[in-house]
Amino acid sequence: MSLETFFQHLSNGLALGSLYALIAIGYTMVYGILRLINFAHGDIFMISTYIVFYGVTMFLMPWWVAFVVAILLTGIFGILVERVAYRPLRDSPRISVMISAIGASFLIENLAIVIFGGRPKAFPIPDYFNQVAHFNTISIPFANFFIPIVTLTSLVILLFIVNKTKTGMAMRAVSKDYEAARLMGINVDNIISITFGIGSMLAAIGGILWGIKYPNLIPLLGIMPGLKAFIAAVIGGIGDIKGAVIGGFLLGMSEIMIIAFLPSLTGYRDAFAFILLIAILLFKPSGLMGQNVTEKV
Amino acid sequence: MIKITDLHVYYGGIHAIKGISLEVPKGKIVSLIGANGAGKSTTLRAIMKLEKPKEGTISYRDQDITFEKTQKLVKNGLVLVPEGRRVFTNLTVEENLILGAYARKDSDEVHKDLEWVYELFPRLKERRKQKAGTMSGGEQQMLAVGRALMSKPEVLLMDEPSLGLAPLIVKDIFNIIRKINSLGVTILLIEQNAKVALEISDYGYVMETGNIVLEGKGKDLLEDENVKKAYLGA
Ligand SMILES: Nc1ncnc2c1ncn2[C@@H]1O[C@H](COP(=O)(O)OP(=O)(O)OP(=O)(O)O)[C@@H](O)[C@H]1O
Ligand SMILES: [Mg+2]
Repeated sequence: MSLETFFQHLSNGLALGSLYALIAIGYTMVYGILRLINFAHGDIFMISTYIVFYGVTMFLMPWWVAFVVAILLTGIFGILVERVAYRPLRDSPRISVMISAIGASFLIENLAIVIFGGRPKAFPIPDYFNQVAHFNTISIPFANFFIPIVTLTSLVILLFIVNKTKTGMAMRAVSKDYEAARLMGINVDNIISITFGIGSMLAAIGGILWGIKYPNLIPLLGIMPGLKAFIAAVIGGIGDIKGAVIGGFLLGMSEIMIIAFLPSLTGYRDAFAFILLIAILLFKPSGLMGQNVTEKV
Repeated sequence: MIKITDLHVYYGGIHAIKGISLEVPKGKIVSLIGANGAGKSTTLRAIMKLEKPKEGTISYRDQDITFEKTQKLVKNGLVLVPEGRRVFTNLTVEENLILGAYARKDSDEVHKDLEWVYELFPRLKERRKQKAGTMSGGEQQMLAVGRALMSKPEVLLMDEPSLGLAPLIVKDIFNIIRKINSLGVTILLIEQNAKVALEISDYGYVMETGNIVLEGKGKDLLEDENVKKAYLGA
């Protein structure tokens, strides 16, 4: 392999890893606070791409307006999913909530098929992002620079919120002990809503970037990236934000590199993520960054 | 300040509190003593709405709070130091203290109170950047008390604040309880250490299997033959 193609793969890996990381953060934040895998997260991610599509094609918004609207509406959508599917089951056994999460996921997917239609739609990519940067003989699509930069910026903002603000402190407190958090005067339900809102907004950012890179929109497009990002979150140690990011980059990068170095295995691309998941669960179930803490009951 | 009338609390089918009535007057220290499983913690949890009362009423500052939300109570100065510390082990000592003031709006005062809590518990100041989970049990107990003080309580409910503390520190804690009481904070105290508790209390209640079986001035209870036999080890 020439150095040129290697750099191209590297930039693709970084971009894909960024996307996984953005989605994985949502899984990990919700898990951290509710001990729940939000199976609808991939579908929330999907919704954001369609909001951009309709914003631009139907409501004739400029692309950047459509992006902002998509991020905000997707955040609200995530909060609604929690209100409707999870909050009523707050005191129920965890298995009920999990089933509700799977139900929510199917419901969103099927509603999306009914409302958006099953025929693929083209994500409206602004020309700006279609440019390609040339360095000598290497040509790298603009999106491959843009995606990691947006991801890292989002991550810095997120870490600031979680670690430095009062709300972030409350989020960490709630993730440890609901009751003690209530005794501090924290409105636990609000904090959970904020968590869903932030996680869904990050998924929306991921969705928009995904659309720019893979502009073919179908209602089920959230399933695979959702599963992969979930795996990334588990690899990093679910509940840990930095872990989710590391897991995302690791998974995205290795997926691209495997195809690059072993093209004959291209067909196993998706299987690879699951093999990695099984390996992690066997050898380090708490993930790379996770501590071996006993499960909260 | 607090008035409980004919309170019943159930855990599923278990009738944990069987119609108790008690009163905590403003500015006083009242203690609640009794054997393990008598229902002391449940009483405090019911006041804070961590458990739902099934029957009866609870009032605070002459307002019915039987169904008021926990977070609202905290905002209004009703604060619990829960049984078993319950500090946020994943947060630093200082973050725990700042969260204690979560419901407060007066951020200038919060800063002063932080310094005051550090004065009361110098150990917490030494450890302030440390994760609460890395502290010893006794240090965590100090943190739990300090965190509650940061809420600027009008009434402080304390569920065994001296649990697991060395005798010298227990004395410190009781001195601190007396001190914050002298600053005008009303206190409802649960203690295994009945003697020390009754000594600093204006009034006391004795609980047995969900009922209040005896009440009286702290001094009188200390002299009571039954109390002596059952709780003072005499
Ligand atoms: N979550 C619960 N589920 C079922 N029963 C409970 C629960 N919590 C307490 N109980 C029962 O309620 C009764 C009162 O318990 P409580 O914790 O109020 O006792 P306590 O007086 O605080 O005891 P201790 O001195 O040991 O702390 C006990 O019989 C206990 O077993
Ligand atoms: Mg108790």
